[in-house]
Amino acid sequence: MSINQKIVNDFVKNKIKFVTTVPCKQLAGVIDEIEASKDIYHIPSNKEDEGMGLCAGAYMGGKRSAIIMQNTAIGVTINTLVTLIQYYNIPLPMLISYRGEIGEPVACQVEMAVHTKALLDQLNIPTYHFHTKSDADELDAILNHSFMAKKPVAILTDASFWQGA
Amino acid sequence: MIRSDVLKTLIPIISDQLVVSNIGLPSQELHLLDDQPTNFYMLGTMGLSSSIGLGLALAQKAKVIAIDGDGSVLTNFGTLPTIANNPADNFILLIIDNGSYGSTGDQPTYAGMKTSLSKVAEACGCDNVVECSADDTAAAVKAALDGDKMTIIVSKCESGNIKVPVIDMDAPVIRHRFMTEVSRRNA
Ligand SMILES: Cc1ncc(C[n+]2csc(CCOP(=O)(O)OP(=O)(O)O)c2C)c(N)n1
Ligand SMILES: [Mg+2]
Repeated sequence: MSINQKIVNDFVKNKIKFVTTVPCKQLAGVIDEIEASKDIYHIPSNKEDEGMGLCAGAYMGGKRSAIIMQNTAIGVTINTLVTLIQYYNIPLPMLISYRGEIGEPVACQVEMAVHTKALLDQLNIPTYHFHTKSDADELDAILNHSFMAKKPVAILTDASFWQGA
Repeated sequence: MIRSDVLKTLIPIISDQLVVSNIGLPSQELHLLDDQPTNFYMLGTMGLSSSIGLGLALAQKAKVIAIDGDGSVLTNFGTLPTIANNPADNFILLIIDNGSYGSTGDQPTYAGMKTSLSKVAEACGCDNVVECSADDTAAAVKAALDGDKMTIIVSKCESGNIKVPVIDMDAPVIRHRFMTEVSRRNA
């Protein structure tokens, strides 16, 4: 089973039925897998805060939801994370490509990478860093944790993780 | 007619419907006029009423009315292509277009100048876009509810606000009360 299939299987196992995405090169394979899944409604969004609004609505409609996005999106979603997702106690797994880490070819990506963990930490968002393939063994439990706690969680997936995958 | 007058005419029609209402005065006015468990009040997050409404409509069967503002739609323009390309026939987006950022003191928006939100919605691919006057808004919402087709309504009204208290309910209480009602309607 590919890592992309494993991720989507864990989503489905956790009854996630509504997923919004904004692409990143590293996420191309998992987005294809989401699109192909017959158990998941895939709704691409134009901006990640919009996507979080869609996810909040779907959750209130009884469908567990999740967002797949790049770490640069932390910058455009802080207000939404704080005043919608956290304020209303809405669970939201965020599968995030951690661009700008070791192996990154694009220097500009490093600029947001150096702030990523500090921002998530400041927001009190439980954060899990996937660096090697076996780190993904915990994904099922992390997703479950988000819905149990009714909190957003961040799963940062770096270049080494996707290379080893 | 200003926004609160329009909302008043809507109450008999939307009182028993699932409503997502926009940040600031729109939510406060709705709360004052007709607080219902079917109302989801946004206490922050300008721009996302239409997105929350669409997500809710796509996830379950009951009809959903998202009450939005011109300023909020302008700040989240990306919502219109998403709505157009993911049609939910139980979804009505009602944009109260008073041509201003009402909640912050009626500073003018571009929607009150050269920009037509109904034309933007059409250009984004939305199929049923209705622009109406404040007086005709209740009838337009009623027709959309009877219609079973996703509809975007742009209600052109005047700027201006009434004095309303802030909403004292806690956000998780608003959400929990709303979700209980949503699941009851889908049982
Ligand atoms: C990111 C952000 N910027 C500014 C504000 C302040 N703000 C709150 S409501 C609002 C006006 C919204 O205008 P509109 O959507 O037209 O609704 P109206 O009050 O006119 O009905 C603004 C600017 C905010 N809440 N969030
Ligand atoms: Mg306005």
